[in-house]
Amino acid sequence: MVSPLLVWVTFFAPLFACVLITLFSLRHKASSSLIAIAGILTSFFCSCLIFIQIFQTNPPAQLQASLPWIQFDALTINFGFLINPLSVLMLLIVAGVGSTIFIYSKGYMGQDPGSPRFFALLSLFAFSMIGIVLSNNFIQLFIFWELVGLSSYLLIGFWYAKPSAADAGLKAFMVNRLSDFGFLCGILLLWGISDTGHGRSFQFTDLSGVVPFISPHLMTIVALLLFCGVIGKSAQIPLHVWLIDAMEGPTPVSALIHAATMVAAGIYLLARTFFIFEHSTTALCIIAYTGALTSLMAAILAIVENDIKKILAYSTLSQLGLMVMALGLGGPMQGMYHLTTHAFFKALLFLGAGSVIYALDHEQNIWNMQGLLKKMPVTGLTFLIGTLALCGIFPLSGFWSKDAILGLAFKQNTVLYLIATLASGFTAFYMGRLFLVVFWENSFPSSKEGDDRKIHESPAVMTIPLVLLAILSAIGGFIGIPHLLIAGEAPEKLNMKVAVISSVIALLGLGFSYMIYGKRMASDPLATKLGSFYVVLKNKFYFDIVYGWYVDNVQQKVAVFFSWFEKEFIVRLCVGGITNLAMFGGKNFRYLQNGLVGFYALVFVLGAILLFLFLMLMSFQN
Amino acid sequence: MITPNLSWILLSPLLGLGLICLVPSYKTSLIRRISSIAVLLSFILSVWVYAVYDPVRSGFQFVQNVPWVIPFGISYHLGVDGINSLLLLLLGAASFAAVLVSASVKERVKEYYILLLITIAGTYGAFLSLDIFFFYSFHEVAAVPVFLMIAIWGSKRREFASMNLTLFLVAGASIALLGLLALYLAAGLGTFDLIQIQQHLAAHPLPIETQYWIFPIIVVGFGITLTLWPFYTWAPSGYAEAPTAISMLHAGVLKKMGAYAIIRFAIQLMPQAAHTWMPTIAGLAIINIVYCGLVALAQRDLKYLLGYSSCSHMGYILLGLACFNTIGLNGVVYLMFAHGIMSALAFALTGFVADQTEARNLDELGGLLKCMPFIGTCFMMAALASAGVPGFANFIAEILVLLGAWDQYRWLTVFAVFGLVITAIYMLKAIRLGFQGPLNPKFASLSDAHTLVEKLPYVLLLALLILVGCLPSIILTHIGSSTKTIVESMR
Repeated sequence: MVSPLLVWVTFFAPLFACVLITLFSLRHKASSSLIAIAGILTSFFCSCLIFIQIFQTNPPAQLQASLPWIQFDALTINFGFLINPLSVLMLLIVAGVGSTIFIYSKGYMGQDPGSPRFFALLSLFAFSMIGIVLSNNFIQLFIFWELVGLSSYLLIGFWYAKPSAADAGLKAFMVNRLSDFGFLCGILLLWGISDTGHGRSFQFTDLSGVVPFISPHLMTIVALLLFCGVIGKSAQIPLHVWLIDAMEGPTPVSALIHAATMVAAGIYLLARTFFIFEHSTTALCIIAYTGALTSLMAAILAIVENDIKKILAYSTLSQLGLMVMALGLGGPMQGMYHLTTHAFFKALLFLGAGSVIYALDHEQNIWNMQGLLKKMPVTGLTFLIGTLALCGIFPLSGFWSKDAILGLAFKQNTVLYLIATLASGFTAFYMGRLFLVVFWENSFPSSKEGDDRKIHESPAVMTIPLVLLAILSAIGGFIGIPHLLIAGEAPEKLNMKVAVISSVIALLGLGFSYMIYGKRMASDPLATKLGSFYVVLKNKFYFDIVYGWYVDNVQQKVAVFFSWFEKEFIVRLCVGGITNLAMFGGKNFRYLQNGLVGFYALVFVLGAILLFLFLMLMSFQN
Repeated sequence: MITPNLSWILLSPLLGLGLICLVPSYKTSLIRRISSIAVLLSFILSVWVYAVYDPVRSGFQFVQNVPWVIPFGISYHLGVDGINSLLLLLLGAASFAAVLVSASVKERVKEYYILLLITIAGTYGAFLSLDIFFFYSFHEVAAVPVFLMIAIWGSKRREFASMNLTLFLVAGASIALLGLLALYLAAGLGTFDLIQIQQHLAAHPLPIETQYWIFPIIVVGFGITLTLWPFYTWAPSGYAEAPTAISMLHAGVLKKMGAYAIIRFAIQLMPQAAHTWMPTIAGLAIINIVYCGLVALAQRDLKYLLGYSSCSHMGYILLGLACFNTIGLNGVVYLMFAHGIMSALAFALTGFVADQTEARNLDELGGLLKCMPFIGTCFMMAALASAGVPGFANFIAEILVLLGAWDQYRWLTVFAVFGLVITAIYMLKAIRLGFQGPLNPKFASLSDAHTLVEKLPYVLLLALLILVGCLPSIILTHIGSSTKTIVESMR
């Protein structure tokens, strides 16, 4: 049996680290990083214990505990946790991948003047993310949902003096806020219709009992509103724009938040509350197509990107799209499986990219890198493992999880299957391009000859996490993740037809990339080959331009119009008008007070006559 | 057990005031010390009252009742329930912080503190009074020095701002007075005593026609103080030009007197009229939220931005008032506290920045986090609190209001949720333009708040904001029985 105390320790250890750093250690770099690492390792250790304990029984135990947080007669909002196989798996990913990235950060960020702040924020993020994983009700989930958004904002804008970083943070927060508008409306709507007979509830376990009795039409609206939150957090079309800009943040942040965990929170939400989504086929269909389109679009955009981190970010978008599609096809298990393996190899790829960036002194353009495999063997080899895993090459982890999704799509919806397969082909192509350009040996003379001698492998504190993640990326398909999720049931067998097709596609993609990039050239040959389509791709399908136009020309214009209305109409005309009326009255009435005795006598006499006439008239009437 | 004597809360600033009058005006540090101690004492007493108030017992506690003008039924009647004891705490914290940040005032120090203490004492009096006549008088006592302080210690457009603010508030006060007198006459008890009127009207409600026209008079009268749309134009300019302490107190606390009065006099005493009028108020509330939010979006002057933001947030208070359920009303009271602390903090920080840089325009500022990390971080937290980020008190308050309003005003609530997006846009923009980005070289030599005393007001307010934001039961159990009583009287 799992003790609740263990869960609470897992929950609050990173927060404790964050508070400790903020209060006592903001000036000490070394101790800050150690405190943060201790915090996340505590969480990881405890989640391993929870994992062991929960699977002692068969079927695995489910544990829920709640403390009343807001409670008065009409309303109960709890602060609690719900532990089941799904949340334990996610907990292990967050704390486990988190730990490796925290350790890596000690090397990568240790010398930055703001590193204590960095570790405090990273711990805050870990706390918030664990909060999402453990929450047992919608309000608590929303709180942590917003808090991960907050820590992401603060970490993207970590180098706040750099305008592009500050703008990227702002954009990320804004886009997420916009999507949370829908999410919160969905929560409110669900709460409004969730009366169980003994009061309304936000609790997942209560809601799952109520949902079947609600009309499917209403459930579609609820599901789509909740999906709005996923669109923002997991960066699906049309709100994917923030994730690419988010690469302005330090690389460990990109690895942890914008690849392995936070962006996966949307997928986790879908899986966790799948009991809501499965009641609306319309919503599931929309979700599946959104995911598939995101997957394809991002994979296409990645082939023309030149920034190493942004290529990986597009790849993240694409894989997230695949997971969302899996959920939309009714496969939470497949989605979560891919989420897990993706967390391993994408964190690995980002940390590898970070290692390269670190060695090249903050160079991110792949065309300024070459032949790094020899100079940085550990980084290069682990990066190769990550690349192959991402492409879905047998027997690495990506092969198994991607195949699970493709098999699901193959059975249910041919269109989606084709889109996803195409996206996989592009994935193999751009990853091949990335690896070949950055790591492949060639004879092209470097533009920066002098740099070559300085480049050397990163320190052990950075390479050990790489090796750990590489091992996980390699064997992730064999450690039985699907068994964890659906205990008792036998997981689906590998679909041979699908497996062969996708392997062939992946190899084709890699082969094409070798044909084009196997020999070195000064710039990207695709630019000429794709012609005008290249321009469209370079402009990222014009999403940013349209949104930028909207913000400048619609939103800002509306605000300025209201501000003008405020100034001219309300302040000048209404308030000023009343003032002028009073002034006007005062000016005119003052003639009555002119101080001339004769005038007063005249008024007196006239008044007396009028009164007299009035009284006369009155008496005649009687 | 010793129970707190409410009169002392009120007397402490007045005694401080008396002492300051005896001190020669060149001894500025002594004057500052006296006023901080006086205000601190009131603060401590309010904390004490808050702590020993028994939330289980309904009704007013620590009551003091001394008849004063017997023929008109006026009495010096003090007492607290959950709601006004919370507001005392708000005022205590905000006024202490306001006195501390006033250290930057260098001209006519003696007069400044005298006026400031009068405002503080008046506000305490208004929150404590259970007699309508005394409430109104204290409310006016608090308002008059504001006029003088803006006109004397204000910034560039101070004459316009102080006239604008004062005329609006005087108009509001006289409308409110009309409504209160009508209520006094209509109740026909010959007493201004709130509790007696309350009990009488609970048993014998006023005829609906009478309620129907007195209710809007009181709501509009006090609504002007609460920046009800469209009677709010005094606020942004007033807050922008006022000295920092006055912006803090007015936006933080004095404004809330409007909401407090509407709860006490309009909703509780005339529930039937409230039911008829409240959909209108809810509609105005949404205009407040969305319209003022959009206007705030176009502002380049940081203080104007905060001023419009403050008007926009009052929409949530009005929306919560229009709900008639405990969730909404608890949200309102929570928001009065949360917004009060948050805006006191935001104005204090903006005042600090404006004093240092001599600029308020966001285009002139930039990168201030670099030269004042402490102030910048505090400002970011205040702005995020205002944007409804969880962990700060405002989030809980706003979520309660939204939950309370959801059943009655579904579409309006959707707009209110959208208000959170608008707030986030302008607040983040303010952070981005003012505090992030490259530092303007002419600000490179500016100094942060260094000493503990300098940091204390900000730390105090921020700590309250986070404490209440994480542990809502501190407030909710405290106000629960009082709000429940009010909601039950509305049925």
